[in-house]
Amino acid sequence: MISDFQPVIGLEVHAQLLTTSKLFSTAGTTFGAEPNTHTTPVCLGFPGALPVLNARVVELAIRTGLALECRVNEKSEWSRKHYFYPDSPKGYQITQYEFPICEWGGVTLELAGKRVRIRRIHIEEDAGKSVHDAADGLTLVDLNRVGTPLLEIVSEPDLRSADEAVEYLKILRDVLVSIGVNDGNLEEGSFRCDANVSVMRKGSEVYGTRCELKNLNSFRNIKLAIDTEIARHVDVLEGGGTIAQETRLFDVNRGETRSMRSKEDAQDYRYFPEPDLPLLLVTPEEIARAKATLPELPQAKRRRYVERLKLTEYDAGVLTAERGFSELFERCQAAAGVEPKKVANWFIGEVSRLLNESGVKPGEVKFSPAQFAALLMAIDAGTISQNAGKEVFGEMFHSGAEPAEVIARKGLAQVSDTGALEKVIDELIAANPPNVAAYRAGKVQVLGFFVGQVMKALKGKGNPKVINELLEQKLKG
Amino acid sequence: MKLELAQVRHVAKLARLSLTPEEEARFLTQLSAVLEAVDALASVDTTGVPPTTFALSTAAHVRPDEVRDELDVDVALRNAPQKVGTSFAIPRVLE
Repeated sequence: MISDFQPVIGLEVHAQLLTTSKLFSTAGTTFGAEPNTHTTPVCLGFPGALPVLNARVVELAIRTGLALECRVNEKSEWSRKHYFYPDSPKGYQITQYEFPICEWGGVTLELAGKRVRIRRIHIEEDAGKSVHDAADGLTLVDLNRVGTPLLEIVSEPDLRSADEAVEYLKILRDVLVSIGVNDGNLEEGSFRCDANVSVMRKGSEVYGTRCELKNLNSFRNIKLAIDTEIARHVDVLEGGGTIAQETRLFDVNRGETRSMRSKEDAQDYRYFPEPDLPLLLVTPEEIARAKATLPELPQAKRRRYVERLKLTEYDAGVLTAERGFSELFERCQAAAGVEPKKVANWFIGEVSRLLNESGVKPGEVKFSPAQFAALLMAIDAGTISQNAGKEVFGEMFHSGAEPAEVIARKGLAQVSDTGALEKVIDELIAANPPNVAAYRAGKVQVLGFFVGQVMKALKGKGNPKVINELLEQKLKG
Repeated sequence: MKLELAQVRHVAKLARLSLTPEEEARFLTQLSAVLEAVDALASVDTTGVPPTTFALSTAAHVRPDEVRDELDVDVALRNAPQKVGTSFAIPRVLE
């Protein structure tokens, strides 16, 4: 039974850094370009071509280390990892082996309230792309991706279920996206994950033999693959068998994992220090600078929205899902003198809808926070109705028009002026004695008739709240 | 340190080298001599000396994150024995 076993999971994430050029080469990092249009002699492994480190990569690695509460090492080193495959022309990958740039951090899972330790974060270069089924008997090689900078983020085996693994990955992705080091795209492979999975008998303190799962390109597949692999381990062990340590590929169509034989004897990578690159030295000043520019992280921001702005967990989650969106929300929220929940409703509703429809980025909207505040105050004061507010906002969004100007031009202001309303009401009461008598005899639903008549006389622009109050007062006599 | 013949064969396999028996014997002698030379360093007392992986302690030269000097795709492919479109084409490699 699965319940007799405890799964143990550790994750390795490869996150592509958001740079314009590669780690050691001045070629560009564009995704989806024509094959081999972004290379230099360094990417192609030409003899004599030497790597030169991209300064931005180091900055982004330091940022990541700090955001994930790691120690940033002032001295780390580059190593060569040797293997032969056509996607790596020089026959080795430059990576960090014994001394990575960051070590010993972690993230906190909110559901379980538990800490997942991060053992290390190191910088390495990506490989190219091989396509096996495009031409008969041939493999086609595209070296555009060779040398793209990656961070490998390695967790300790602290995760105990597929759900915990997915939560950890989502937190990690949110952090990386929010600090601007990664675009968080699993499908395009800029955020990739390998999972080390094993099981042990409940109560045991000795980990079972682990298998490494590859090809996990969505959160759904990660959960499926891990659950499938856990079930396989339990099956084998229950049947008296043993698990072989190996790399396995998740086949989403068959819902199973299977052994990657090609990886079996490839574990001897003959690492040695990279002679073409000196040590990677980071100064305390660089670390301090990165710390000073680190934005508020998603988990802290959500907590602040719930605790200080009194928003629900759901609202806080939606508002903080994207950094530009939450920044716009906060600027509008600060400008508007109404309760945060009202601003939040607008953002989750109309603002979000129009952003999606138009494809405009939150940082590039035409309306200003002051204009947004003016609109909300007009609604709050009853100058215009909630529905008219949506119409006004639509114009503000598309043209940057002043809300007061739109309200005046479209004649959207509600009549809230009691003098004007009283005049209309008095006339109606005088013209409809039978209905007035009916109301006074207890037939209160006649009120609806009068509200309708007042609205008709004002062409729908009366303030319903004020009209109701005045009518009740006058009908009662 | 004297190598075993099996170790020479293992290293040759990892390096994708196909050696004749004569070459294996020659490299066994040569590689053993290299390792013996390195072993001589072990006689130095390094107590209290941190491991050194690079002779210079200067920081790496860094460059700004800018794209320049990309190769024209025709130049990049000039040495390709075979190509399809703008891809290098090689005998099929199965994963």
